[in-house]
Parts: sequence; C-alpha cells; structure tokens
Amino acid sequence: MLTVVIIFLFFAILLYFLLGGADFGAGIIELFTSDDNKQRTRSTMYQAIGPIWEANHMWLIIAVVIMFVGFPNIYSKMCTYLHIPLLLMLLGIIARGTAFAFRNYDAIKGERTQRLYNNIFVYSSFLTPLFLGIIAGSAISRQIDFEAKDFLTAYVFSWFNWFSIAVGLFTVALCGFLAAIYLIGEATDDFDVKRFIKKAKVLNGIAFFCGGLVFLAAETLNIHMAYWIFGNPVSRTAVIAASVSLVLLWITVAKGLKQIPRIFAAFQVSMILLSVGYTHYPNFIMGKNNKNLSLLTDHATSKTIDDLGIALLVGSLFILPALGYLFYSFRGKQNHG
Amino acid sequence: MNDFLAARSQMALSLGFHIIYSCIGMVMPVFMAISHYKYIKTQNPVYKNITQAWSKGVAIFFATGAVSGTMLSFELGLLWPKFMEHAGPIFGMPFSLEGVAFFIEAIALGFFLYGWNRFNKWFHWFTGVMVGVSGIISGILVVSANSWMNSPSGFNYVNGQYLNIDPMKAMFNGAWLSESLHMTIAAFSATGFAVAGIHALMIYRKQNIGFHTKAFNIAIIFGAVAAILQPFSGDLSAKHAAKRQPAKLAAMEAYFHTQTYAPLVIGGIPDTVTKKVNYGIEIPGLLSFLVYDNFKREVTGLDKIPARDQPNVPVTHYAFQIMVGIGILTMLIGVLYLIAIWKKHAWLTSSWFLKLFIMATPLGFIALEAGWTVTEVGRQPWIIQDVMRTADAVTPMPGIQYSFYIFSFIYFTLSLAVIFLLQRQIKMVPELYDVKK
Repeated sequence: MLTVVIIFLFFAILLYFLLGGADFGAGIIELFTSDDNKQRTRSTMYQAIGPIWEANHMWLIIAVVIMFVGFPNIYSKMCTYLHIPLLLMLLGIIARGTAFAFRNYDAIKGERTQRLYNNIFVYSSFLTPLFLGIIAGSAISRQIDFEAKDFLTAYVFSWFNWFSIAVGLFTVALCGFLAAIYLIGEATDDFDVKRFIKKAKVLNGIAFFCGGLVFLAAETLNIHMAYWIFGNPVSRTAVIAASVSLVLLWITVAKGLKQIPRIFAAFQVSMILLSVGYTHYPNFIMGKNNKNLSLLTDHATSKTIDDLGIALLVGSLFILPALGYLFYSFRGKQNHG
Repeated sequence: MNDFLAARSQMALSLGFHIIYSCIGMVMPVFMAISHYKYIKTQNPVYKNITQAWSKGVAIFFATGAVSGTMLSFELGLLWPKFMEHAGPIFGMPFSLEGVAFFIEAIALGFFLYGWNRFNKWFHWFTGVMVGVSGIISGILVVSANSWMNSPSGFNYVNGQYLNIDPMKAMFNGAWLSESLHMTIAAFSATGFAVAGIHALMIYRKQNIGFHTKAFNIAIIFGAVAAILQPFSGDLSAKHAAKRQPAKLAAMEAYFHTQTYAPLVIGGIPDTVTKKVNYGIEIPGLLSFLVYDNFKREVTGLDKIPARDQPNVPVTHYAFQIMVGIGILTMLIGVLYLIAIWKKHAWLTSSWFLKLFIMATPLGFIALEAGWTVTEVGRQPWIIQDVMRTADAVTPMPGIQYSFYIFSFIYFTLSLAVIFLLQRQIKMVPELYDVKK
C-alpha cells in the first residue's frame, strides 16, 4: 500500500503543477500583457479556467493531506525549516484565490475595484509559483540543516540561496509556458492565437534561460545537476523525451493544431519532474550533511498507510470520473458565467 | 508577545474566520438548492433569481473558505509541527476523506455555477445539491478530527510512544457524533438567521419585497428548526464533556468545589483567587441533573484537578454563558416564527417581527464563535487531551508574532472585502433580479 500512497502523492504533485501551474501561468501572462490586450487575455482566461478553477487547486490539498497523514515527519520538518517560504506561498494563494473570485463576483464592475483585484491577482500569480519552486528547490538543495542552532541558518538559508531561487524562477517560467500553450486552444480568433503563440515562444526562451540559471546556481552549492539528470537511465530517458516532445510541440503548433500541443506541453513538464524526482527517489528532502528524509523510511505505521491508501483509492473512484466529466463538459467552448 | 501566545492567537484567528466562511459555504448551497427546486417546479422566475443571487454568495464564500482552509492545512504544521508529527497518522483519516469531499464540492460547484442552460435541468440541480452535501460531509469530517483532540482514541500512549495506531477508531472516537451534530446544527442555525436577517432588513426597507420574502422564508425555516433542535444536541455535548473532559465542564460552569447536588451557575463573574462566582444565579442540583440525570450525584469540580491542568476559567465560563444565552434566545425566536406561520400570519409582515430578525442577524455566529472558544480554550493546556500539552507542540521558530500580525491584517481585510462584496450584491438586487424589468 505504501507504493499506492507514494504514487498518489507524486500524481497529486504533478497534477497540481500541470493544472494549478497553468492557472498561475494564466495570471503571469496577464501580468506581462500590454494594457491594450489585457481585457482579451482576461476573458479568454475566464472562459478557459472559470469552471475548473477551484478543482485545479484541490490537488495541493490532497498532496498536503497525504504528507501529514502518511509522512508526518517529513511534513513537520518541512513546515519547521521552510516556514517562511511556505508562509509567503500561502499569502499568495489567499490573495490570488480571493482576488480571482472577487473580480468575477463583484456585482458592480467598477474600474478602480477591478483594477485592484487584477493587480492583486497578477502579482500573486507570479509570487505563488515562485515560492512553490523555492520550496521544491530547497527540499533537494542540501541546505536544510536539521542541527542548526541560529535563526538564519535554520530558517533563512534553508531556502534563501541561489539554487532555490533559480528553481523558483524556472517554475514561474514553466507555468507561464504551460498556460500559453493551453490558451492557444482557447483563443477565439486568429489575433489571439498569434498572440498566445508569441507568448509561448518568449516564455519557452525564458524557461531555457532560467533552466540554465538553475544549472549555474547548482554549481555554487556543489550540486552537480548534470550528474542528477544523466547519472541514471530513467532520468536520462525522461530528459531526452522532454526535449523530443518540445520539438514535436512546436511542429504541431506550427501546423495550427490546438489540442495536441497541450499534450506535449504536459508531457514535457511531467518528464522534467520525473527526471528530477527519480534521481532523488526515495528521498524527499535532502538535508545538510547527508541527512535525508525518505518516503520509504520516514512514513507512518503500516495501518495508517493502508487506511490512507484505501481512502485515496475509494476517493479517486468519485473524483476522477466527476473531474473528467467536468473537463469534458467545458472543453474549449464559450462558457456563460 | 511571546511565540507561544502568538501561535495560539494566530491559530484562533485563522479558525475563527475559517469557521464563518465554511459554515456559510456549506449551508447556503442547501438554501440555493431548495430555491432552485422551487424554480424548476413552479417556473416562477423569482426563485431562479434567488438561486442565482445566492450562488454568487456561495462562490464568494467558497473561494474564501477554500483558501483559508488550504491555509489551515499548512498552519497545523507551521505552528504545531510536534503535534502533527505524532497526531497526523492517527487523526488524519477524516482529513484525507475531507480532502475527497472538498474536491467533489469544488467539481460540483464548477458544474453548478457555469452550468445554467447547458445541462439537463435536473442534472444541474443535482450538482447544486452535491455542493451542499459534500460541504456538509466535509464539515462533519473536520469536526470529527477536532473531536479526537478532545477525546483521543485509536492508539496507546506508552512511555511517550504512540503505539497500535488505528485511524478508523480515532475517527469514530467517543466525541465525534455529539460534536459533529452540535456543529452542523449550529451552522444551519447561524447561517439561517444571518441570511434571513439580511433579507428581513430589505423587506423592512420595502425593497423588492417579493424577492426578499421568498428568500427569507427559505432561510429562516432552517434557522428556526435548527435553533429549536440545538439545546438537545448541546445537552448531549455537555454530558460527553463531563465524562471525558471534567476540567472543561467545570470551567464552563465556573464550578470550583466538588459537591453533591451540584448547582448550575448562570452568569456571574468567576474569581479564581477566592474560588467563588460573584453575582451569579445558583440553581442547586441542576448541574448534577443536566450531567447525570440525577439531582444528587457528585460532579467533579476544579478543586480535583491540578492547577497546571486547568483551562482559563473566566474565558471558558463567559464564552459558555454567551453561547447558551444566545442559543436560548434564538430558540425562542425560532418558536415565534413557527407560531407565526402556523397561526399568526399577521406577525410575518409586522415591523416588530422583522426588527426581531434584523436584530438576530449576527447572533448565531456570535454563539458559534463562543462555542468554539469553549471547546478550544476549555481543552487547554492540552492540545491532545491528557496526552500532549499545547506548549510542547509549538514550533521552535522564533518571531511568530510577525506572522500573527500579517495574518490578522489579511483576515480582517478579507472579511471587510467579503462584507463589501455582499453589500454590493444586495445593492444590485433591483438591477439584476427585479422581475418587472
């Protein structure tokens, strides 16, 4: 059953990254859209993510629950040593979720209030995945010091380093890229299609740049990224698959296809996560002095894991069909709020 | 402000706000589904308008409830890592099921809000019902996790070790039913009175009377029935507290000295130095009777509990008095409403009657917050009753007061924003939902 629980954990993290990430990305794109086109981006986005918006963010809750029920030691260590970035991420989640709801459900669409909601929404769309990436980067950065005595080492340098920040920026770029590819399929006219393709290209470039930053920053901490990625056959294959799918993605975009590129984008990001995840598996947190926390050893007792696994299996029997039908019902159509 | 106090304050603040958002988020969909049903059956457009107006409120409260709930799932670990490290695997079952129920709720809400004129009308109605049903199930599950902290079970605590963990047993602990029942009824009562009060105000101001009267009628029947049922479930909860948490019961009643024919003290100012309650009304034997159905039986007082294991008596006592006082008041208002619809139809449109409900708008939520104060403060100094002290669970990270200040700011702003948005929804009723237009 432990395997089932671990699969669900990675599945929830992956889906949160893909679906929640595309949501964040939509806000990031709005942030970097010229004022003339902002309203167009906003309405495309509202049609695209309105109905599935809340559901996309549920994956985070599922992942957190799996962590504190199944891997309480890892959860409690992360909460202690990464308290500050978690807190900042949460502030982003609160600001973003409420601003999105408020701008749609404010009965009076006043110019000033809408501008305020929009500003909160776009900036928090940028900050939330940034801290999410920082947390993910910190987990594997070997900078968390479980024996630290002073405040800065224990609670600040655990995440405030070039590597974590570079991973944060890379995450932001990937979210934006995912969203741009997704929005191409939602655009209602040629002008918007071209606009989103252009955004996707720019963001692809930025993602490359940030990916490079991650490599450089890793070296400053004596982390050898190349070894992580090419050191084992699975990660190697995943990275190659990611590169191939990126090429295929751009070919299919050029051919004017709309659904297929989404699949390649999702596949590509999944492969990047797989590549990094597999290298470290079963370690979930890589701390200083080789103090690692592993999913295979730092888990709850087997009775808890069994019950959790059953709850997740039964739960997914309800969630997945309903979620599938929700996505199917609102696929790329005009939605009326 | 020391870190421990800051952590407790931040938790209290977060829960205090989350409770309001989530109660409204779980009960309003039920009202919405009733109105929707009436629309489908009668084709009266007013019901459709009420459904749509309420669904906007549901969307706002769901969004705030969802983010404040996400926040809490992290705050448990951010503020109480030692607690979560040990308690997570034991009382996590209801949380994982709650995750599922909450997910279903989010999916159903997507269908409902965006589903007008897209789906079969009964399927669309069903998705609205599911928002309410899964919301209520979520609420029950979360409360049963809390009840485990009051009535820990499903493990053996031996020499600081948590052994023989059984999550299902922990979920169905001794207090889960009485606590969930009490909370679910409270949610209906509080939301029913709050929603009805706002519509009563609009009727009183003679605005869109047809719309607001129909809305008022749906909300208040739930509020009234729940308020009448609540004392019974409260009695059940108190009996459970007496059995499992004698210190909490004694603090609720400011009951210092163990005795037979234990008196019930109504009101009063507890003095913890002289161990007396000044200016209270004492009814001899009533506490024994309420707890054990026997006027004579001895009830454990605070003198039998070591000082270091006692909660803050005045706070628990005042909160309890507020909760019970409001509970009785809303029950009486509920009875009046039932008399009005049964025999005295003239009351329904008279101004004193409307004023009564306008006055009652916040009462249910005040009682609800007071009730949570009783539960949580009354359990102190324990985070897990008789197993782990709250002070031992707190995070080692210093500087929590800053995070408390940030969150105070966030929650107050958020609440102001929600009130502002609701005001605007109500203000727009004539524009958006007036049938004549």
